[in-house]
Amino acid sequence: MSTVLLPPRHYLNDGYGVRSWLLTRDHKRIALLYLAGVTFFFFIGGAMAVLIRLELATPPGDLVTDETYNKLFTMHGVMMVFFFLIPVIPSVLGNFLVPIMIGAKDLAFPKINLLSWYIYVVGGLFTLYALISGGLDTGWTFYTPFSTVASTTNVIPAALGIFITGFSSILTGLNFIVTIHRMRAPGMTWFRMPLFLWSTYATSLINVLGTPVIAITILLVAAERVFHFGFFNPAVGGDPVLFQHLFWFYSHPAVYIMVLPAMGVVSELVAAGCRKPVFGYSFVAFASLAIAVLGFLVWGHHMFVAGESVYSALIFSILSFLVAIPSAVKVFNWTATMYQGAVSWETPMLYAYGFIGLFTIGGLTGLFLAAIGVDVHVTDTYFIIAHFHYIMVGGTIMGYLGGLHYWWPKMSGRLYNEGLAKLSAGIIFIGFNLTFFPQFVVGYLGMPRRYHAYPPEFQVLNVLSSAGASILGVGYLIPMVYLMWSLRYGRLAGSNPWGAVGLEWTTSSPPPTENFTETPRVTWDAYEYPASVETDVA
Amino acid sequence: MPTNHILPTRVYYTIFAILMLCTFATVLIAFFDLGPLNAIAALTIAVFKAVLVVLFFMHVRYSTRLTWAVVAGGVFWLGILLALTLSDYLTRSWQTFG
Ligand SMILES: [Cu+2]
Repeated sequence: MSTVLLPPRHYLNDGYGVRSWLLTRDHKRIALLYLAGVTFFFFIGGAMAVLIRLELATPPGDLVTDETYNKLFTMHGVMMVFFFLIPVIPSVLGNFLVPIMIGAKDLAFPKINLLSWYIYVVGGLFTLYALISGGLDTGWTFYTPFSTVASTTNVIPAALGIFITGFSSILTGLNFIVTIHRMRAPGMTWFRMPLFLWSTYATSLINVLGTPVIAITILLVAAERVFHFGFFNPAVGGDPVLFQHLFWFYSHPAVYIMVLPAMGVVSELVAAGCRKPVFGYSFVAFASLAIAVLGFLVWGHHMFVAGESVYSALIFSILSFLVAIPSAVKVFNWTATMYQGAVSWETPMLYAYGFIGLFTIGGLTGLFLAAIGVDVHVTDTYFIIAHFHYIMVGGTIMGYLGGLHYWWPKMSGRLYNEGLAKLSAGIIFIGFNLTFFPQFVVGYLGMPRRYHAYPPEFQVLNVLSSAGASILGVGYLIPMVYLMWSLRYGRLAGSNPWGAVGLEWTTSSPPPTENFTETPRVTWDAYEYPASVETDVA
Repeated sequence: MPTNHILPTRVYYTIFAILMLCTFATVLIAFFDLGPLNAIAALTIAVFKAVLVVLFFMHVRYSTRLTWAVVAGGVFWLGILLALTLSDYLTRSWQTFG
């Protein structure tokens, strides 16, 4: 192996000091700023989860009061949903990769990109302040009329924090859409783009079309609280279910804002891990768009027991089943890609396997919930909690960590400790399943969500879940340590440590500030691996 | 060049005057009870005003097809929001099962 050297000039040594970071317009540095931000909010949300699982280790509510418990799960949900899961992959991996993958020097609007980071941080700190100085007890869902009439906690500050952060999503989405339309290198046609870009594009459409609705909805909540308008409060002529319609019009698609980018990452990991083009490229690409559109047509499945009309519920139930089709297309196509591929067992691929397994369980239990009869039985139980954690944590975080490991050598120029990385991928997979699988069972048996005490017969399953959570916590901390360590002591990666195809692997690691020394000309399709690697079928 | 179209300020003042007149009309109509037409009248005026704002103040009238497509997409998505929400409200009073 020839000696690898760091490139003399790259985006990390192009200026030092606080100003060079806080005023940067380089999409790669902004990605790292986001990395710091999302990691911060992830560990805050995670700390709340630790306290929740500690409380639930024993049946009586003995660790915190019921009111504190309400604030804990609200803070966990708000932090994780709005400040970690929704931004994480687009703002970290998307920011870093979108321009590089299309052969551009930067995003279309570099200053707006920096602005969206500041909006994100201001919104996050605002919400954090609201949650710490008294807290919020409405749950992350802000259901009315409780949030507008009854709750005595910091509804308005938290709502404003989320409102502010919404603009960060909209601006990032807009930036990606314009960049993908206008900034592609010569020869980089739509159907030569890596699938990560298709899913990022689909996600951006949801961001731009959906986020304004949640922003207005949350303003209506604040307005009703302050001025006592009758939007949602039935006592003055409002309708509480109207809030749920508006809230879930965004918040169901928000699940796809979280999981579509993870699907994009997995497509990249599977292709590189199997040395093969993704099976049925255009099906996977269009499945992303189909998920983005269909995702807007199913929100009523959150309201089957909320007084929604039966006829409406029927429509939403049927449409919800339909989302399974493009999702299954992706899972089957990844599996077909692996078939007779030179399948790798390196860390990124372990996360891809993890994603496929956990997403399949989460998706299939979603079909249970699309069926009205089953949904009525398990509404507001731990079955729901388990289902959406399988999608949002099992899906999004596995995709994110897989992508972070895959592109870490590109971002940092250095390799992490593969042994530790494999170990922690295993710990996370085991910890995750031990945490959330028992919750399917305990939920089906009837344990409701959002209570800090429960009957003793549920204790065994809850102890299993709490034990799993502590394993999961360790699994999340280990990568923090070895990734930081690798920044200084890791072996140099060279421009293409995985032997993968894709424009990002043709430039140095770390890339120069302008990404490429000369604008690439693309004459090949995505994932053109040499045929010699493929196994001989005969 | 359509994207760089610069309008005389007179157009803006005219549109502004029409918007104010419409606002006045909305208030005026609110004093008469038109029965089921109350909401329809108010919403018709509101939509008309919104269209004026989009076409002139937001320059869409003089913009490219791509801009029109973006506007159409936004309106279509608003249509999804309204249609599926109304699928609930309009069918609540129907005969339910059981
Ligand atoms: Cu949903």
